[in-house]
Amino acid sequence: MSKILLTIDGREVEAKEGMTVLEAARSVGITIPTLCDYEKLEPYGACRICTVEAEVKGWTKLVVSCLYPVEQNLIVRTRSEKVDRIRKMILQLLLSHAPYARDLQGLAKEYGADKDRFEKESSFCIHCGLCVRYCAEVKKKDAIGFINRGAKREISFVPEMITSKVCWNCKECFPLCPTEALQAAYGLAEALLSDSPAFESESEE
Amino acid sequence: MAQIKSPDELKKVREELLLRRDSGNPCISICAGAGCLASGAGEVIAAFKEEIEKQGLTADVDTKGTGCPGFCEKGPIMVIYPEEICYVQVKAEDVPEIISQTIKEKKIIDRLLYVEPSTGEKATQESDIPFYKNQERILICNNIKIDSKSIDDYLAIDGYAALAKALFQMTPEQVLAEVKKSNLRGRGGGGFPAGRKWEGTRNAPDPIKYVIVNADEGDPGAFMDRALLEGNPHSILEGLIIGAYTIGAQEGYIYVRQEYPLAVENINLAIKQAEEYGFLGKNILGSGFDFTVKVHQGAGAFVCGESSALMTALEGKAGEPRPKYIRSNIKGLWERPTVLNNVETWANVPLIINKGADWFIQMGTEGSKGTKVFSLVGKITNTGLVEVPMGITLRDIIYKIGGGIPGGKKFKAVQTGGPSGGCLPENMLDLEVGFDELTKAGSMMGSGGMIIMDEDTCMVDVARYFLEFLADESCGKCVPCREGVKQMLKILTNITEGKGRVGDIELLEELAETAINASLCALGQSAPNPFLSTLHYFRDEYESHIKEKRCSALYCKELIAYHIDPDKCQACMICFKKCPSEAIIGGKNMIHIVDQEKCTKCNTCLEVCPARFDAVKKISGEPVPPPIPEEERTIVRGGKE
Repeated sequence: MSKILLTIDGREVEAKEGMTVLEAARSVGITIPTLCDYEKLEPYGACRICTVEAEVKGWTKLVVSCLYPVEQNLIVRTRSEKVDRIRKMILQLLLSHAPYARDLQGLAKEYGADKDRFEKESSFCIHCGLCVRYCAEVKKKDAIGFINRGAKREISFVPEMITSKVCWNCKECFPLCPTEALQAAYGLAEALLSDSPAFESESEE
Repeated sequence: MAQIKSPDELKKVREELLLRRDSGNPCISICAGAGCLASGAGEVIAAFKEEIEKQGLTADVDTKGTGCPGFCEKGPIMVIYPEEICYVQVKAEDVPEIISQTIKEKKIIDRLLYVEPSTGEKATQESDIPFYKNQERILICNNIKIDSKSIDDYLAIDGYAALAKALFQMTPEQVLAEVKKSNLRGRGGGGFPAGRKWEGTRNAPDPIKYVIVNADEGDPGAFMDRALLEGNPHSILEGLIIGAYTIGAQEGYIYVRQEYPLAVENINLAIKQAEEYGFLGKNILGSGFDFTVKVHQGAGAFVCGESSALMTALEGKAGEPRPKYIRSNIKGLWERPTVLNNVETWANVPLIINKGADWFIQMGTEGSKGTKVFSLVGKITNTGLVEVPMGITLRDIIYKIGGGIPGGKKFKAVQTGGPSGGCLPENMLDLEVGFDELTKAGSMMGSGGMIIMDEDTCMVDVARYFLEFLADESCGKCVPCREGVKQMLKILTNITEGKGRVGDIELLEELAETAINASLCALGQSAPNPFLSTLHYFRDEYESHIKEKRCSALYCKELIAYHIDPDKCQACMICFKKCPSEAIIGGKNMIHIVDQEKCTKCNTCLEVCPARFDAVKKISGEPVPPPIPEEERTIVRGGKE
């Protein structure tokens, strides 16, 4: 693998081909905030909080660092007025769903995000997809997925996976959830299923 | 039909075909595109077949259902060849007369001709009609000439000659050079040069490459690609095969939305025919080049028109976009180099190969060459499909071709580029139409939707409408689009409902900045455009909605009221009787009053009030005048003289 030299926040960083900007930054201890990133999962690029400025041949663009591949002579700025403004707005949008999520609160303080900027939404989910992707990529079970699209998009457990106890015996996705949404979704699915004969017969075993 | 195995054989087949067809029979071409079918073209075609059989003319008259020639406003449309007599708004009951008069007696039926409203002049041929006369139709001109289900008809107009030329007289490098020279830019919206895209894929080391037709046309009011797919599917197929030969692909896909059943039917049939004739499959025309095409039907998501979402959907996954830091022409479908072009882009390719890039670049502006097909809709006299040279002004499209604004109303804005585009006002009408020109003006070319708006259109509501569409069509994966566009929609809805607050415009601008800069795909990145362009050109409307609670177009229901002018009301009782919510207080000789509590603002009273009284008024941003005192309400009329 060939070595790539790039600059992050004024520091010269040596990276390997195929690495992302986020990985390169972390390798030298530079922190970029993330919400949908997890070491065991493929980069997803959904929360956009890791947006940074990337300068290539004099052209500056905003990219998400979790997906943008390192390249020779790339100049990265992990903070700028514009980057901070965008992160603040993303946080405010997410805080309308999960005003008390600890990860969000910490970042909100750093970026001056107001949790009351937008009207509160009933769902706690910030759609980071950690649960869905962990179940698919690590556990290879696909017991939970996204349903619907756009603003109506939500996570939902596949009932058969609960009735057949796949989820009962796993629940490894629970600690990944940055909010209370996952447990709520699970509780809801379970409650709905408790009426079904299939569930009762399973639980009597 | 045996497979054609060489260019010489193709030439022979074409010659025989033309000889066979040179019967001198009149040919009746009736548009069988979706628009004309909806206005009764199916019945007209059936009536012709019946009448021709009844009169024993089956051997002497040919009929064909063709693709859409564009003048949907006047459908069903038909043309009689060889005289090229064009009849508009034809009904099944006109058919016996057309046969007896025009076909047998060679007499023109005056009442079926197009009449130009401004001059009263009648047009006998298509080319005499101003709607057509001011166009430059290199793509859709063939639609009315060919039976969209007949490959022989396509061969008769020199179809697949470009393919034979590319395969036998040109190397892939030469084809690429020609396409690059033509500066053909992507007609799907982005305007990326097709030649450069092809070159990247051709040079990519991976031996497996793909070509894709993006036929997931989803912009509200747009139907350019549908008309081409329905009307002349072989032209798209021919372009695709030439593209595949150029870049070295052996498999291609046509991603077409399932809401276009006729397009799906016609393109599937075209593929089958092309396989039978040897234009698709192994060893095409004996050249040694193999290529197959599959049709994939979209499941109805607008975002799948975005190239990376389309490819994800083709792979069998949920149609969500993926980041394109490595371009799809290098790493696309199944991570292989993939050329994806829009229907209209592919359809231009055979023309460029046949007539040469030098011919193509004669049309257009510095940066945009050739023609562009637009669907001209909204408040316009001539609704339909128009093909114009790049560089024509918006004014010429709207007034010379479109016939201007109907109903004596004033023009207000033209919206181009679909939901990602923008609205341009009157003082931008002399703008030359081109990719860069439209983008610079704050709108975009897009795939070719062109919506005309008159003075009754509220621009804040237009922005709200497009944001509503996009919020619904967002895939929901990334935050700036899913959450940001949703919040923008909420704020815009509030403004149109009179709940706008000072600071809303600034908040919308902040949300727009985040969506543009941080969204994952083009849907989110361009979603704020309808807001930004209307704010740029019509800021006063936003401000009056927010500060004065006034909608100057008198459109936003929550901001308007109906009022009857007591000086003008003649107590005719018409609005009193027609009001569906019993909101008119009145009676015989009693001046009518609108009960504001009951009024649902349905506009009926205003519509039915006789023009000579003109008593019902719509008002906005001002208090409704108090009802006149009871004692003054009685109208004392003089006795009959």
